Amino acid sequence: MLTRLGPLLTVVLLTGPVAFGLAGTVLPAFGFLPALGGTTLTLDHLRALLAQPAIWTSAAISLATGLASTLLSIAIVMLFVAGWAGTRLFARLQHLVSPLLSLPHAAAAFALAFLIAPSGMLARLASPWLTGWQRPPDLLIVHDPMGLSMMAGLVAKEVPFLLLMVLAALPQVPLAQTRMLAASMGYGRVAGFLGGLWPAVYRQIRLPVFAVIAFATSVVDVAVILGPTRPAPLAVRLVEWMNDPNLAMRHLASAGALLQLAVTALALALWVGLERAGRALCILAVEGGLRMRRDAAVRGMALGAMVLSAGAVFAGLATLALWSFAGLWQFPDALPATFTLKSWIRVLPRIADPLLTTLAAGFLSTLIAGLLSVLCLMREEETGRRPGPALMLLYLPLLVPQVAFVFGLQLFLIYTGTLATMPALVLSHLVFVMPYAYLALKDPWHAFDRRFDRLAAGFGKQRWQRLFLVRLPMMTRAILTMGAIGFAVSVGLYLPTVLVGAGRLTTITSEAVALASGGDRRVVGVYAFWQMLLPMLGFAVATLVPALIFRRFRDMQV
Amino acid sequence: MEGLFLDGVRIALGGRLLVSLTRHVPPGAVLTVMGPSGAGKSSLLAYLGGFLDPAFTACGRALVDGVEITALPAEERHVGILFQDPLLFPHMSVAGNLMFALPESVKGRAERRRRAEAALCGVGMAGLGGRDPATLSGGQKARVALARVLVSEPRMLLLDEPFSKLDTQLRQQMRQLVFSKARESGLPVLLVTHDMADARAAGGEIVKIGA
Amino acid sequence: MPTRIFAAILFVVAAVSARAGEVDPADWHKVVEKARGQTVYFNAWGGSENINAYIEWAAGELERRHGVRLVHVKLDDTAKAVATVVAEKAAGRDTGGAVDLVWINGENFAAMKRRGLLFAPGWAQALPNWRHVDHENKPTILTDFTIPVDGLASPWGMAKLVFFYDSARVEKNALPDSAEALLRWAEAHPGRFSYPRPPDFIGSSFLKQVLTEKVEDASVLLKPVVEEDFQAVTAPLFAYLDALHPVAWRSGRIFPRNYPAMKQLLADGELDIIFAFNPAEASSAIANGELPDTVRSFTFPAGTLANTHFVAIPYNASAKAGALVTANFLLSPEAQARKQDPAVWGDPTVLAMDKLGPQDRARFAALELGPATLAPEELGPALPEPHPSWMERIEEEWKRRYTAEN
Repeated sequence: MLTRLGPLLTVVLLTGPVAFGLAGTVLPAFGFLPALGGTTLTLDHLRALLAQPAIWTSAAISLATGLASTLLSIAIVMLFVAGWAGTRLFARLQHLVSPLLSLPHAAAAFALAFLIAPSGMLARLASPWLTGWQRPPDLLIVHDPMGLSMMAGLVAKEVPFLLLMVLAALPQVPLAQTRMLAASMGYGRVAGFLGGLWPAVYRQIRLPVFAVIAFATSVVDVAVILGPTRPAPLAVRLVEWMNDPNLAMRHLASAGALLQLAVTALALALWVGLERAGRALCILAVEGGLRMRRDAAVRGMALGAMVLSAGAVFAGLATLALWSFAGLWQFPDALPATFTLKSWIRVLPRIADPLLTTLAAGFLSTLIAGLLSVLCLMREEETGRRPGPALMLLYLPLLVPQVAFVFGLQLFLIYTGTLATMPALVLSHLVFVMPYAYLALKDPWHAFDRRFDRLAAGFGKQRWQRLFLVRLPMMTRAILTMGAIGFAVSVGLYLPTVLVGAGRLTTITSEAVALASGGDRRVVGVYAFWQMLLPMLGFAVATLVPALIFRRFRDMQV
Repeated sequence: MEGLFLDGVRIALGGRLLVSLTRHVPPGAVLTVMGPSGAGKSSLLAYLGGFLDPAFTACGRALVDGVEITALPAEERHVGILFQDPLLFPHMSVAGNLMFALPESVKGRAERRRRAEAALCGVGMAGLGGRDPATLSGGQKARVALARVLVSEPRMLLLDEPFSKLDTQLRQQMRQLVFSKARESGLPVLLVTHDMADARAAGGEIVKIGA
Repeated sequence: MPTRIFAAILFVVAAVSARAGEVDPADWHKVVEKARGQTVYFNAWGGSENINAYIEWAAGELERRHGVRLVHVKLDDTAKAVATVVAEKAAGRDTGGAVDLVWINGENFAAMKRRGLLFAPGWAQALPNWRHVDHENKPTILTDFTIPVDGLASPWGMAKLVFFYDSARVEKNALPDSAEALLRWAEAHPGRFSYPRPPDFIGSSFLKQVLTEKVEDASVLLKPVVEEDFQAVTAPLFAYLDALHPVAWRSGRIFPRNYPAMKQLLADGELDIIFAFNPAEASSAIANGELPDTVRSFTFPAGTLANTHFVAIPYNASAKAGALVTANFLLSPEAQARKQDPAVWGDPTVLAMDKLGPQDRARFAALELGPATLAPEELGPALPEPHPSWMERIEEEWKRRYTAEN
C-alpha cells in the first residue's frame, strides 16, 4: 500500500512548508508574532507599508515587468513554434536553447548585464572604431527605471523554459497532419498552427505559464542584478526589510509579503483576462478564415527573437568566461590586456564545500521527488483517476511567490532548531523540485504502453518485478531527464538556500550571488561557470547513460 | 472441468450491460468473440487478464481447469496475451524476452537459455536469440511474441486481434502457426477480432456481442 | 567494567561542563582547551575576494594551531547576521545560535549592544593579545561611533575614508580638497562621480562626511539625534545632494551598489573619483589587476571620517570558546601584519608598534605600502563618526527623498 502513501506524503511534504511559511508571514503582517510580544491584531503595519515611499510604484513595476516579460516570452515561443515546428532548423535551435533551461536565473542575468552595460562587451566591440567612445558612455541601460533590461533578463530565461514546455506538449497534437491539412486549405504555417493546434498546446502549458508569472512578478535575484532601483521592484524591497535588524521591519516585511501575494494574484487574474482576449481574437481569425499566406516576416521575426534571446545569453556567458581569466581589462579593449588563472586558483579551494552541498541537496531532493512522483503516478493508475484536487496543491510552491513564504518557513525552522541542517535544506529544495519532477515524469509515464505491463503480469511477474524489470528500465531516459531537471532546479534555487541554509549550508548559487554583491566580475565569471556546468552535467548523464547501457538496443536510443 | 469456463460473466459500464456470457472452451479449442468497436471486447479481455478499469463493474467468474482465475491477482492468473503489436521488450535481446517470460521454476541460466532457444526453434527463429528485437522484421517479431507467450506456460491464451497489423500473406501463416501451437499445447483460446477470416481460421464457436 | 565507569564519568563531566556553558576568557588556558574541535561560524561580509582569501588563511592557521574549524559565512550585508540573532532571540533560541562570531561596527554594533545580543562585557580586554592593542592613540577602538565598546567587541582593523582617482585621466592639481570642492569638481566633470546607494555602509559614510563638513556645529553629531532639530541640522547635507545628483554619474538616477561596484566603474573609466574606507584598498586592487597602476589616493586636508571595525560574539553563540580563540588569533601580530599587506588585504592594523617585540615590528616594517597608498602621516586628520542614530536617521531621510525618482 506504499502507493497510497505517495500522494499523501507528497501533499504533506509540499504544502506543509508552504502553509507554515505563509502563516509565519501573514500573521506578523497583522501584528501577531508572540515571540516579539505581538499578540494583538492590528492594521498598523499595513498602514505603515502603504506609507512607504513609492510603494505603489514598486508594486506596479513588479506587476508590469512580470506580465510584460511573460507576454513577450510566450509570444516569441508561440510564433517560433508556429512558424518553424517540424523543420530541421527548429530541431537545431531546440538543441541550442535547451541547455539554457538549466542555467540559473542569476547567471543568465549576469551574462546579460556583462553584455549590454555601457562598459559591456557590445560597447567594447563597437568602440572606439564605430562609436568613438574612449570611455563608456554615461547611459542608463542596466537598472533602467522602466525595467527594460530586467524584462530582457527574464525573457532570456523564460523563453527556453516555455519552449521546452511546448516541446513536451507537441507530441500530443497531430503536428504534421494539421500542417498538411491547413496548407491544403491555403493557410500559412503560422495561421495554420495558431488556429489548428495552439489552443490544445496552450492548455497543456497553462500551468507552467502561471508559474512563470508568479516567478516573474516576485523575482529577487534577477531584479537585483538588472532591475530598477528607484524604486526597486516590490520583492527586492521586501527582502531588504526582512534583513533589517530593526524588529519593527519584520512586520513591515510581512505586510509587504501580503502586498506581493496580492500583486501576483492580480497578475494571474489579468493574465486570465488576456487569455480570454487571446481566445476571442483566435476565434475571430479562424472564423474569418484569415490565411496569412505570406507570413515570412512573422516567421523571420520569431526566429530572430529566439536567436537573439539565446544568443545574448551565450555571448554574455562567453564574456563571463573571459572575465574569469582576465587580468587588467580596460575599456574599450575587446580583450583583456593580460590573461591569468589567478581568479580560478583563488576560488577553487573554497568551492569544495558549497559544491558538495549543492550536489548533496540536488541529488537527495531529486531522488525523493522522483520516488514520490513515481508513487503518485502509480496511484493514479491504480485508481484510474486523474490527480484529485489535493495533488493540485503540488503546484502551490510554483504559484505562491517564494518571498511570501520562505521567511515564515525560516521562523518555523528556527523554532524547531532545524535551521541550516541538511534535512531542512533538502526539504526546502524538495518543495520546488517536486512539481518539476512530477511535471517532467507525468507525460512519459502516461505515454507508457501499459500492455507491456499486462504482458508481464501474464508471465506471472509481481507488481514490483514489473516496475523494476519492465517499466523503469524502459523509461530510463525519461527518468534520468526528470532527474536532470530536478537537479537543475535545485542548483538554481537562491532564496530558499540563503534563508534555510542560513549561510552555514551554501551552494554554488547562493555563494555566487553573495560574491556578486561585491561586483567582482572575475569571481562571478568562475562561479557562473560552475552554475552552468553542474546542470549541464546532469543532462549529459541523462543522455549518455541510457545510450551506454542500452547501446545494443536500437529502440532504446531515441 | 478441463479448459476455460466463463460462468455468468457480466460486464457493465455505468449501468449499461456490455457483455453477458456463459461458455465452455475445451483445451485446444478457440472461442471467437466478434463485435464492433466499443462493444466490450477489450473489457472482456481486461477482465480475464485482471486489468479491468475500476470504472467497469463485473460479476460472474472465470475458471481454467477448475481454478477460479478471476479470484486471483493478475500475476497469478498465468493468462498469456497476444496483442495487435508484438510488444517485444525493447531493452532485452530476443532471448532475453523469452527468458523473462519463462517461469521461475525453471532453474539455472544454461537451462533457461536452452529452453528459450528451443522455443525460438519451434517458431522457425532458431539462432536469432542474440538479436536486438528492433532489428527483426514484422513477421519475425510476431513469431518471437508467440514463442514468448508459449514459454511462459500460460493456462490459457487471450488473442487481441493479433493478426490485424500483418499483411495478408503473413497473416495466413501466423494464423496457422498460432492455432496449431495452441492445439499442440492444449490451451483454451479466447480470440477477439472483427475479421471474419480470423474466426473461420480459428474454427471454433463464434459469439457476437454488442450487435 | 572500568571503561564503563570511565565513560560514565566522562558523561557526567560533559554534562556538567555543558551546563556550565559559559566560558571565562580570564581563564585562557581553559578557553583554548575547550575551543579544540569546535566549529566557529564567522559571519562576515563576503563581497571581496582578497578578504575572503585572508579569512581562508586564518581558518587554516586556526585549524592547525588550535584545532578550531573556522567557517566563513559570507554575507552581503552584516545586518543579515544581526537579523539572524534577532530572529533566534525571538524564537527563544538562547543557546546554540547560528552565529558564533560577527564582523561588525557602527549601527549594527549599536543595535546588538542596545538589544543585549552580545556576549559578556570585557571579554575583548581579557584576550591575551589585547596587550598589543593601540587603544591609547586610536580612540575609536574604545568608542565606536560614540558608543562605548565596553569590551563587547575585539578590534580587528582600522578604517579611514580615502579617495582614489586615475592619474592617467585626472589632473592632480584639480583634485578637490573638501566636500564643497568635490561638488564644484563634479559640476565641472558631470557624470564622473557618484556614491554607493545608502544604506550601503560606504555610501552612508559619504553622507556623514558631507554632513560633518557642512554642519554648523559638529558637536551635535556626537549626541543622539534630537528629532526637532533634525531637519535644520541636515538641511545643508540635502541641499548638497540636491545639487550633486544632477551632475553625478547617470545624472543621479541610479547609484552604484557598493564599493566594489564603484571600483569596477573606476576601472572601466566610468567614474573618475571613488572612495573607500581602507587606505590600502587601491594598491591591493592594482596588485590584483583590478585597477590600472596609475590609480592614486588623496584625502581632505581638513580631515575625513575614521573608525575601527571589530569582531563580536552573539550572546547565544554555539562555540564561544572557539570564537574567543579566533578573535585572539586575529589580533596576533602575525595575523595583523599579514592583513596590512596590500598584496593580501591592506587593512591597517589596530596594534601599536611600540608595544611589539622587535621581531614583530620588523614584520610590519617589511610591508610594501604599494604605489597608491598614502603614508600614515599623509592621511590627514581623523574626523569622529557621528552617533549611530544620525546614520539611521540620515538613511531614513535619504530613502524618503530619493527612493523614487522625482
